[in-house]
Amino acid sequence: MNMKNHAALRLMRPFARLSTLLLLFLGCGLAHAADTAPQPGQDTAPLDSIEQRVKPCTACHGNEGRATREGYFPRIAGKPAGYLFNQLLNFRAGRRHFPMMTYMAQLQTDDYLRELADYFGALRVPYTPPHPPTTTPTVLERGRQLVMDGDKTLNVPACESCHGKRLLGVAPAVPGLLGVSQDYLTAQLGAWREGVRAAAAPDCMGELVRRMRADDLNAATAWLASQAVPEPADPDTSFENPPPLECGSILQGSHSP
Amino acid sequence: MRKLLWLGVVVVIVIGVIGWLGSTPDRVTGAAPRPIVALSNDPVARGRELAQLADCQSCHTARGGTAFAGGRPIPTPFGTFYSPNITPDARTGLGSWSAENFWHALHNGYSKDGTLLYPTFPYTNYTRVSRSDSDAIYAYLRTIAPASRANQRHELRFPYNHRSLLAAWRWLYFRPGVYESDSGHDAQWNRGAYLVQGLAHCSACHETRNALGATRAKAGPSGGLVLNWYAPSLTSPHEAGLQNWSSSDIVTLLKTGQIGTASANASTAGPMAEVVAESLQYAPEDELQAMAVYLKSLPTSETAADKNTTANTYELAAAARDAGQDLYEKNCADCHGHQGEGHEPAAPPLAGNRAVTMPSAVNAIRMILFGGYAPGTAGNPRPFGMPPYSLTLSDEQIAEVLDYVRTSWGNSAPPVFGEDIGANRGNPLW
Repeated sequence: MNMKNHAALRLMRPFARLSTLLLLFLGCGLAHAADTAPQPGQDTAPLDSIEQRVKPCTACHGNEGRATREGYFPRIAGKPAGYLFNQLLNFRAGRRHFPMMTYMAQLQTDDYLRELADYFGALRVPYTPPHPPTTTPTVLERGRQLVMDGDKTLNVPACESCHGKRLLGVAPAVPGLLGVSQDYLTAQLGAWREGVRAAAAPDCMGELVRRMRADDLNAATAWLASQAVPEPADPDTSFENPPPLECGSILQGSHSP
Repeated sequence: MRKLLWLGVVVVIVIGVIGWLGSTPDRVTGAAPRPIVALSNDPVARGRELAQLADCQSCHTARGGTAFAGGRPIPTPFGTFYSPNITPDARTGLGSWSAENFWHALHNGYSKDGTLLYPTFPYTNYTRVSRSDSDAIYAYLRTIAPASRANQRHELRFPYNHRSLLAAWRWLYFRPGVYESDSGHDAQWNRGAYLVQGLAHCSACHETRNALGATRAKAGPSGGLVLNWYAPSLTSPHEAGLQNWSSSDIVTLLKTGQIGTASANASTAGPMAEVVAESLQYAPEDELQAMAVYLKSLPTSETAADKNTTANTYELAAAARDAGQDLYEKNCADCHGHQGEGHEPAAPPLAGNRAVTMPSAVNAIRMILFGGYAPGTAGNPRPFGMPPYSLTLSDEQIAEVLDYVRTSWGNSAPPVFGEDIGANRGNPLW
């Protein structure tokens, strides 16, 4: 390790290799070398864009926020911007717990978090087809029933009564339920049930999750994760009927910047 | 037998004397160097400004909790401390405290009931604060809404959970004493020294702590590991020494959290980003200017690790170099440039960047593992960030690419190894 520093020589090494190539392919090689050899200070234009600013987000949430093959990190592209903004506030305030998200959001201003949320909320990028379901038709049917009709005996309204007829969410604050993995959906409902995820009070989702049995939660997420996302995948802009429960997050997300 | 008895008596006397010395309050109240521009005459407004500079709220507020109501966990090598409630709630906060009680906590490290306070509360710095500034902060704290939140017990390992041992610790490491102006320097320098050494408690992080958690706070902070980040030395030209910076560049860094100009290049991260976001960005410009003047004047000194690093030249073997370069070109070069020249304002240069070449690689390792944004401040409201690579690169790969960065483009720093990366993976994020 303690040898003399040959920094200048080492910098020359790629160029030395190129010049060997140039001798072999004299004519056409010249232009090629000029294109590919790294030039110091070549890209001096500032990378001053929102795309550059969201690079820490897309490292986990995938290019353009469309999620990656890694199942857990949710897609954020095209989710209602108010919902995304609320989640950033929730991570910052400790209502949601994921250390990396808290770390990223904790020292940022509301205005900036809203700008990031607006950026991802406005993205329209294609969805990948759902994974084939791994559970039984009976479980899937129970899931469909909960999502589309609810369960009066449990006093649980249909998911679609808040999350939109097409389950793509209602702008600005209610998220869609399609296009994310079952792992992610189950983890979120489980976190609500265990009291480690919360939304702004009154926390309607927390209330509903506590009314449901564990196997019901599993059935609902299995069915949701098996559904293809209809195109165009825009969230609804208003509720067909007033939401059956009062939700703090709906008010929170409706504030204009 | 008689000898043993005498020995016992001597031991008891020695312990008694140490205990007495370690717990004698200092009565000198002192006068703070006057601010360059007069702060408000209203003690409450002045107290708010001073409390902001001391960043009381940051430690005394739990995530999502009521401001100043305490409960934030502070992990240390001795266990986890939980900050207490300092709102004026009568039962759970400081409601029953007098200005005198408050002064004794700040200046002498005592609680109202005489309990010795752990130096996680940096009274080792606050002891420099004048009585009138202490009274102003007290007056301000009386005006915030009382919040009922009972204090949580610290979770400390044996023997640190025995508070009485603090008497000996104090005897070894703590001498109360307000800041005394140095007539060899002007008013601005003295004001800066008063703030840096006292209220802003810079040395609480920027100084190496010994095995008993003492900083021996001297005038010149020298670097230390805190909250799993390395707080670089403010005296070392190889770390975060500011002696060659202009004072206006120092003010910009402290106020906005980042600077990327022809004359200076640095970004705050981890606990320092929090200090900027929650405290320094709100500090009056004159106070920051005074701090800058003082920081510039700190005597230059190299840590032992600095000396070792500069005495050697580090170069990678060809295979390691190729592997590191390959990873660098794939993951880093788009933003940081093929020659580490950077791409301001989005990505800092890595060539000649002290944050990557200082002997401790902890901060560079953390930035590669977890990424992170510069703090969002009024002066830099839409910061850029570094993506995390903890999921996409292995420990070995991160070591390879960091070794490449630490030995390229004129950089020369000792190598890091896969286990150094692994040791940082499980650390809590700050």
